[in-house]
Amino acid sequence: MNRRGFFLPTAALLGFVFLYAPIMSLIIFSFNENKLVTVWSRFSTKWYGELFSDDQIMGAAWISLQIAFTSAIIATVLGTLAGLVLTRFGRFRLRTPLMGMTTAPLVMPEVITGLSLLLLFVGMEAFLGWPAGRGMTTIIIAHSTFCMAYVAVVVQSRLGDMDDSLEEAALDLGARPVRVFFDITLPVIAPALISGWLLSFTLSLDDLVIASFVSGPGSSTLPMVIFSKVKLGVSPDINALASLIILIVGVGIAIAFWQLRRGMKK
Amino acid sequence: MAHSATAADTKPWRDPAAKPFIKIRNITKKFGDFTAVDNVSLDIFKGELFCLLGGSGCGKSTLLRMMSGFETPTSGTIEIDGQDMARVSPYNRPTNMMFQSYALFPHMSVEKNIAYGLLRQGMAKPQAMVKVAEMLKLVKLEKFASRKPHQLSGGQKQRVALARSLVKQPKLLLLDEPLGALDKKLREETQFELINIQETLGVTFIVVTHDQEEAMTLSTRIGVMNEGIITQIGEPTEIYERPATRFVADFIGSVNLFEGTVDMAAPDAMRVKTDSVGPILVNPVPGLTQGQKVTVALRPEKITLSRTQPSGNNILHGMVEDVAYMGNLSIYRVRLDNGNLLKVTRSNRLAEQEPISWDQEIWGQWSNAAGVVLTS
Amino acid sequence: MGSGNLGPVEQCRRRGANVMSEAAHIPMRRAPGGNLITRMLSRVISGRALVIAVPLVWLLIFFVIPFVVVLQISLTDAAIARPPYTPLFGDNWEFYGDLENYAFLLSDALYINAYLSSLKIALISTLLALLIGYPMAYYIARTEEPKRSLLLMLIILPFWTSFLLRVYAWIGFLSLNGVINNTLISIGIISEPIVMLQTDFAVYIGIVYTYLPFMILPLYANLVKMDVSLIEASQDLGASPMSTFFRITLPLSLPGVIAGSMLVFIPAIGEYVIPALLGGPDTLMIGKVLWTEFFNNRDWPVASAVATVMLVVVVLPIILLRNAQPKEPS
Repeated sequence: MNRRGFFLPTAALLGFVFLYAPIMSLIIFSFNENKLVTVWSRFSTKWYGELFSDDQIMGAAWISLQIAFTSAIIATVLGTLAGLVLTRFGRFRLRTPLMGMTTAPLVMPEVITGLSLLLLFVGMEAFLGWPAGRGMTTIIIAHSTFCMAYVAVVVQSRLGDMDDSLEEAALDLGARPVRVFFDITLPVIAPALISGWLLSFTLSLDDLVIASFVSGPGSSTLPMVIFSKVKLGVSPDINALASLIILIVGVGIAIAFWQLRRGMKK
Repeated sequence: MAHSATAADTKPWRDPAAKPFIKIRNITKKFGDFTAVDNVSLDIFKGELFCLLGGSGCGKSTLLRMMSGFETPTSGTIEIDGQDMARVSPYNRPTNMMFQSYALFPHMSVEKNIAYGLLRQGMAKPQAMVKVAEMLKLVKLEKFASRKPHQLSGGQKQRVALARSLVKQPKLLLLDEPLGALDKKLREETQFELINIQETLGVTFIVVTHDQEEAMTLSTRIGVMNEGIITQIGEPTEIYERPATRFVADFIGSVNLFEGTVDMAAPDAMRVKTDSVGPILVNPVPGLTQGQKVTVALRPEKITLSRTQPSGNNILHGMVEDVAYMGNLSIYRVRLDNGNLLKVTRSNRLAEQEPISWDQEIWGQWSNAAGVVLTS
Repeated sequence: MGSGNLGPVEQCRRRGANVMSEAAHIPMRRAPGGNLITRMLSRVISGRALVIAVPLVWLLIFFVIPFVVVLQISLTDAAIARPPYTPLFGDNWEFYGDLENYAFLLSDALYINAYLSSLKIALISTLLALLIGYPMAYYIARTEEPKRSLLLMLIILPFWTSFLLRVYAWIGFLSLNGVINNTLISIGIISEPIVMLQTDFAVYIGIVYTYLPFMILPLYANLVKMDVSLIEASQDLGASPMSTFFRITLPLSLPGVIAGSMLVFIPAIGEYVIPALLGGPDTLMIGKVLWTEFFNNRDWPVASAVATVMLVVVVLPIILLRNAQPKEPS
């Protein structure tokens, strides 16, 4: 298709440059000795050292990882159930409300979700005594709730693609429905569960707005700490952090794509 | 191996006293306003290889799924070996199904696929694996036991699916377009293998297919379905030689159809007056009235062609418009004097007549017995 | 599976319940072993109902009810208390709520302007994202493997890195002594740095930048499935590439355009982080207004009122509009 010779590749290239230039500059200046992030003096890795010795950042990172891990698991379980129900359970009375409730978090502005959940927790504490103050638990609940919507989408898509005569075959051979789910359905949709988990993990790790609303004393997440720092301006140890994250994600995605290509070749 | 009498030999459906193995009574299935299966009743005998034949949307797959338990009938009953299947879940029925897409579990090996049903039944693993080995031998796939489905060819997958559905020795095996995905040569070989396996194991088969050649080859009996009802049930020869309706005549093989009215009935022959080809003489059919509208169905191979005018009944004259040479036989389209087209087939026997070619003047003739009178 | 065309029966089957759930409906003729309790329980609570209930109840409690609470709080007044609002109901269930906060929103031009400004900014950002993203999606869709997978990977990678950090990256780019200004000055194009941060312009860039993958991926999904022979046929019939694009490609890619646009437009309206970091004090976006009311002014009731209005006037109509669209298999 060389008819489009000039315009299309150029436009695409410019697009990619647009996408990557800021990221590249982040990485480059994380190695800059000068604190003035935008003026290059000389190469240094001191900001990485500063990053790792910053207790506040490291502590927040640890909290974020724990929250992300737990939320991802809960979100995957809930999202899989929701996806299963919406795809395989046909028509039932509460189907439309469930479908609406499962897709709404995808488009709901985070400030609204955050505010509403906080007000709920405050009200629950007043009436029921639980949750006692906000902290990691409330953040986990909040993250699980909006992440499950993403998992549900992924699971529904995979279930829709799946040949449902596989489940019928298992039933026909004598397996009860619960058995069929664990023997057949789950293994076949396993890739969707994994990508759903990863998606939830990432979204949770990255969330600022909702966590700001529902967190409590002592449960500051990494994004919250980063945000307070960068509100004051550029900070090179944040550049270092960003570079590390980009590296990890880049390697992860490269592995994932490599595995995918290997799987496709079979 | 001694060949014990199979249902194909004993033909129990011809015996009015024989008890059917499967009784389907007044089965109807509606999806909203749409009636997929309309008041179907059917008896199938033990050891039969029964084919449900019809085009897409005729209801045959729905009927099959009701027998396996995947659809619940709107009304009617299904009895298998005397047991009423209403409210019996698919996992509790004495039936097994072979799916059109084969539905092999992609994450399990061939062995595990076949063993699955036995293990769910509660059989101990070592015992189950013995049965699996037997089955693999029967379908000639011993070397493929630990392969996964994506490592198999289409024909091999089909055999695994068959093995898996037979290993539990069900009372009834339901097959949904079992040969549909295979190429022509493989299909022919597999057809005979299928019959062999069925006769060896003595399992009752119900096959759903849209391929009339397949139905004719495989079946002990065929049930032709159209728009939710069974239009005719019979042995393959019966269906072909004596179709009951226009639909069946047209669906199976090719046929020439002439509309007409009953003109004269005599003890030895009956005359049907047609606008398209003039009067046709057929063997007498009881129960018809003068002037009744009928259709005469004439199979192309029953017409004899000659270059000179023959003598006798049922003679037509025309020009050869098209010749299709198929190797073993030739198909001719003859443009008759009054403008209609006649389909004729003739097997090509060596050193016989001169070959008939385009634009030749030709005469066609058939006997009184050849034409079948259809009232619907 | 089945012959090529889906007859009415097949379509009916697809709409109806999958067998698995119907099978779970039929009470088991021979109840499985196990004690009396499980047998009785299985008669009362069908497994199916339980599976539906778990996500449903969770979402009900943690997604739906919170909105009710927001509505409630929006009817109260701010107070110096913990929590910082007056109670809605008295001891004998007297109703203390009023619509004072809503009246306040209507009276102060700030709020109305903020809603309108948010819509404007979101709309412009969506259009910009479309203009930049469409050629990229088209190019990737027409590229062959393995280059195509690589390009897709490059699009997806930023999406998986931190949203916050990507916005932060632009601070370094756009600030007065940031990369862009320094480069332009050193080349000699300008002598004074251009003010780019703390402006609406920066917000546009921020939104387009962070949401670009959301625009590209649905577009790509649609374009890659498009039948190339349609384009070839059009050109064979004599249409120029431009004409082919506008008459064939663009209309056929409309579902992808809409899907991508929705994924950018709707969240952009309620954005907080981007206007907070890249926008200025006069960058009015409703997300920021809500945050300010809540965190800076500690006025929970007004914040709730802002949220309710945002929900009812902006979000709900869009969701309903989206659901009214014929579904396209994604």
